[in-house]
Amino acid sequence: MAATDDIRASSATLLEGGTPKRPANMGQYLRWALLFGGGILMVMPIAYMISTSLKWPHEVYNLKLIPEEPTIENYTYVLEDGRFFLWFFNSIVIALLTTLCNVIFDSLVGYTLCKFRFPGRYIVFIAILSTLMIPTEMLVIPWYLMSQQFGWLDSYWGIMFPGLMTAFGTFLMKQFFETVPDDFIEAARIDGLNELQIWWVVAMPLVKPALAALAIFVFLGNWTAFIWPLIVTNSVEMYTLPVGLASFGDEADVAWELIMTGAAISTIPTLIVFLIFQRFIIRGVVMAGLKG
Amino acid sequence: MTLFRDLTIKQKQIVWAWAFLAIPVLFYGIIRFYPTGNAILISFQDWNLLGARTWTGLDNYQKLFADPVFWKVFKNTFVYLLLGTPISLVVSFFIAYHLDKTRFMHGFLRMLYFLPFMTSAVAMAWVWRWFYQPVPIGLFNNFLSTFGIPQINFLNSTTNALPAILAPAIWAGLGFQIIIFMAGLRAIPQSYYEAARIDGVSNWTVLREITLPLLKPTIVFIVVFSSIGFLRIFDHVFNMTTNNPGGPLNSTKPLVLMIYETAFTSFDMGYAAAQTVVLFLVLLVVSLIQLRILRDG
Repeated sequence: MAATDDIRASSATLLEGGTPKRPANMGQYLRWALLFGGGILMVMPIAYMISTSLKWPHEVYNLKLIPEEPTIENYTYVLEDGRFFLWFFNSIVIALLTTLCNVIFDSLVGYTLCKFRFPGRYIVFIAILSTLMIPTEMLVIPWYLMSQQFGWLDSYWGIMFPGLMTAFGTFLMKQFFETVPDDFIEAARIDGLNELQIWWVVAMPLVKPALAALAIFVFLGNWTAFIWPLIVTNSVEMYTLPVGLASFGDEADVAWELIMTGAAISTIPTLIVFLIFQRFIIRGVVMAGLKG
Repeated sequence: MTLFRDLTIKQKQIVWAWAFLAIPVLFYGIIRFYPTGNAILISFQDWNLLGARTWTGLDNYQKLFADPVFWKVFKNTFVYLLLGTPISLVVSFFIAYHLDKTRFMHGFLRMLYFLPFMTSAVAMAWVWRWFYQPVPIGLFNNFLSTFGIPQINFLNSTTNALPAILAPAIWAGLGFQIIIFMAGLRAIPQSYYEAARIDGVSNWTVLREITLPLLKPTIVFIVVFSSIGFLRIFDHVFNMTTNNPGGPLNSTKPLVLMIYETAFTSFDMGYAAAQTVVLFLVLLVVSLIQLRILRDG
């Protein structure tokens, strides 16, 4: 018995990994060391940003990564000023509302294009698809004129309206609704649910991972959006974090440690979210990247 | 509602579908299609926001093609593309290829490389701008001076500024490309590699004959996606040169920054709209050429 087990075991390893495992050689150690070194270099800018935001002015220009006497003085200073507080709030509200709107409408349109047969379906599909080719920069001038005409300048609505639905999100969702079996929808129909209920109660829960991937992409995109908020806002109270940071950094005589603090304030939230949901976000990025 | 109840199931479906699409169709019409047409229309007009809109035919385009600044900007935009896309493609593939073969602390290493993708371009542009300052402020020059290496003038030099601005843009995008490459590498069936191993083929040949050809769809996606990003570069340039946008001497100015300045500093809307039309055509042509070459070649 023991002999056959051995044979089985060794044939199993042969099938699995080809050559039986041999001890790690120098090449593999070297590969790991280089990858590790490269990875540390990659996060250095972020590390220096955070470290500098925790330094006293006299320490800022020395190369040490760990501050000798760490302080949160810069954060108190920047937040007491009040503007960053406001910009942070604006950015959160705008990014969350836009994300919510995209999650609802992109999935509704994706679902309709995927599960309904109706005249005009193909035209709507192609029309939305074609908007993927139009760069935002081409639309900012007409959007600005529109905002000016309707009094949307310098308002949340003005910042948000161009991004409330995206063709990218619609196609991502359409792809994922393909995986929902039609039988489920038929069964729900027989049970007497109306179409709105079927979409919301039956189909939506089945594509939760895709919804999460979409939400992450839209949130990140709006949190870091710069050119349109820069154009459409003109009072300091309506700035989003990136626009506020740009104006703050551009003021005369602003110390670098304060700029680093502002940069850290606009970066740390997304980094924390990433560190918590790491696996999930990476999977979402792959899904969105490959299917969208 | 009695009317609705009398409809057949098929007709009800049509009503539901259009009910679901009503708001989105309005949205795409008003916020996407109408502005696209409007941008093209304005590009044939002369208009400074306050005065009257007058038809000028192709004047804006003629002015643009005769403008030396435009050609400078056009060249800069392509330098961003021609440096950024190949560098980020090769570096991200190299890292993904080796990361894929590493098991020990794989997740941690992947996290290190991906982290920059989660940052905001504006925040990081300011961080890098600080790095690039001369002694005694900037990190890079302080670092060089501890080794007695002469200072490098990063952002105030007409030759160094563009690569200096491009670096954080490449850096921020690497994580995404690495993740996509690793997903592509995972999708290649192991049996191909096993067959190659049985045949005793070298690693290099495996890379050239199996890995790269099978990765083609991934490579096409990354090339097209990152090219569009580099052709539209704006946040980094704007924030690293706020005192003199696109400077020194327009040496870093990309097309989008020129559009922004023409429209929202000079308020020359017709001229700016013509520039956006050119940007649209550039993006379209570059993407089509890349798809043609990479898919067929």
